[in-house]
Amino acid sequence: MTRAGTTEDVVIRVCGLRMRYGPFEAVRGVDLEVRRGEIFAFLGPNGAGKTTTVEILEGYRRRTAGEVSVLGEDPQRAGPAWRARIGVVLQESQPERDLTVAECVRLYAGYYPAPRPVGEVLELVGLAEQADSTATRLSGGQRRRLDVALSLVGDPELLFLDEPTTGFDPSARRAAWDMIAGLRSLGVTVFLTTHFMDEAEHLADRVTVIADGLIVAEGTPETIGGRERAAAEIRFSLPPGTALADLPAPVLAALADGEGDGARLLLRADRPLTVLGPLAGWAESLGHDLLDLEVRRPSLEDVYLALTANEREAAA
Amino acid sequence: MTSTNGTTSTNGTTSTNGTTAAHRAATDRTTSTHRAPPGDVARLALHQFPYDLRAFLRNPQSRFFTLALPVLFLVIFASVFGGHNTVKVPGGTIDTSVYYVPGIIALGIIGASFVNLVISVTAQREAGVLKRRRATPVPAASVIAGRALTAVVVAVVITTLLLVIGWALYGAHIPARTAPAMAVTVVLGALSFCCLGYALASVIRNEDAAQPVTQAVMLPLYFISGVFIASSVLPRWLVDIANVFPVHHLVAALLTAYNPHTTGAGFAWTDLLIVAAWGLGGLLIALRRFSWLPRGG
Repeated sequence: MTRAGTTEDVVIRVCGLRMRYGPFEAVRGVDLEVRRGEIFAFLGPNGAGKTTTVEILEGYRRRTAGEVSVLGEDPQRAGPAWRARIGVVLQESQPERDLTVAECVRLYAGYYPAPRPVGEVLELVGLAEQADSTATRLSGGQRRRLDVALSLVGDPELLFLDEPTTGFDPSARRAAWDMIAGLRSLGVTVFLTTHFMDEAEHLADRVTVIADGLIVAEGTPETIGGRERAAAEIRFSLPPGTALADLPAPVLAALADGEGDGARLLLRADRPLTVLGPLAGWAESLGHDLLDLEVRRPSLEDVYLALTANEREAAA
Repeated sequence: MTSTNGTTSTNGTTSTNGTTAAHRAATDRTTSTHRAPPGDVARLALHQFPYDLRAFLRNPQSRFFTLALPVLFLVIFASVFGGHNTVKVPGGTIDTSVYYVPGIIALGIIGASFVNLVISVTAQREAGVLKRRRATPVPAASVIAGRALTAVVVAVVITTLLLVIGWALYGAHIPARTAPAMAVTVVLGALSFCCLGYALASVIRNEDAAQPVTQAVMLPLYFISGVFIASSVLPRWLVDIANVFPVHHLVAALLTAYNPHTTGAGFAWTDLLIVAAWGLGGLLIALRRFSWLPRGG
């Protein structure tokens, strides 16, 4: 499952990256490693240093300190040959004015030494039918697709997507996810920044969380922040005619105090079956069903909020 | 009141979201040490050019202000002030309607290479279009030259249009011997005002400011530089002020090439030199300050 971390496989390597704007340090010592072919999600709240970091990797900004290597080169010294190997979808950019979709893609194709065929790129992002529409007339979702088309036409090895679905409705977001997931089959490495947990969970092979300019967690969407080892939460309501004291001992032991609101109880258990087994036996013996029984692991969002909240407290 | 006040102002420009002067100084300075070969620069400029030209021609605002308005101005001014009036020019007098042709050509050149360029480049920068292009291998020089080429071609087209109107309606035609001087003046003028346009765009904060700022700069200069009113009827002190700026010298150079009384080839070298010097100054400012990233003002 895990990929070998050999040097050739590492597409982006960042060591001790710092970025200071006047007295404000936006990035305070970030280490990152992105491997070839993976979709890497860079998560963090607004103002955490996400876009600053990405723009350093893209070659837009000069860092204050640290080592950065992207496709084997330092972005702030890299030239056109390096730019031909990356694709960039900015957080905010509008289409070229007064050009059609196909003209925009042809214009950008001409910038690259070995572009993909324009028609193929339009197919890939699902804009073939809009090829002759004026780009500024596209919907928000279609404009983003055009952005992706412009970033793919040069046939990049590495693609930066900065908050690609912000402002999308749920169906447009789903469609965008399908498109991004499809890039995997092209062998493109994707560096994705987002503040949507479901997006990272749906797309990413690995997730790194930044808060207040520091990396606070990294891992796969399943394991990040110790998520796979975190206690399960069990919720249910006491059946009519029963009292708290009637519950079996293992269930009572797992009761997370103060969190039962009214008749609905909350239990926490590292090994949920040790609680669920006795609970089910007890309810069945009384002839009750536990209709609102709910068992869940903390979601990526729960983990993320906990991680970024801790960091905020630590900084305060 | 006391001298201590003087020490507190220097660090007052920072804020946490980083959109500050210090921030800007840290960004967009990643000028690559890799220089693209001149052949690539030229090839990509020629690739860029037809797209910029097409976008220009499709934009109704560009078409009206840059192509239709000079024609409208020539017809209106020549009709209102023309008639049997004459204007004193070096070497004699010419009909007022004929006098307006080179003046409005100057307006046309400046409209194409300065006003339209400032507005479109500012809009492209603020929309993130330039920033997105910066992520591709296209050299900066190609993007800039491709856009400038569009401005020069449009300037040549509008000049030709105005010359044809001057000939058809007012019987004015440029002598064959000064035609090369006319062509050189138009191209040099357009290139110089492109450079000035890039310089001005680099100090304009946003798209909304581009239109009023360019007009605030150019309208007074048109009035004192012989575009709308002949310099020979203006007060001396206004002409002295106009003399400092390039509009006056572009008009003068065009008039020299267009004036039937001109002897020789019609190159107004001093005026051309002053226009070129302004262009060079603009280029230096543009090179220092030109930004690919939105200024977000």
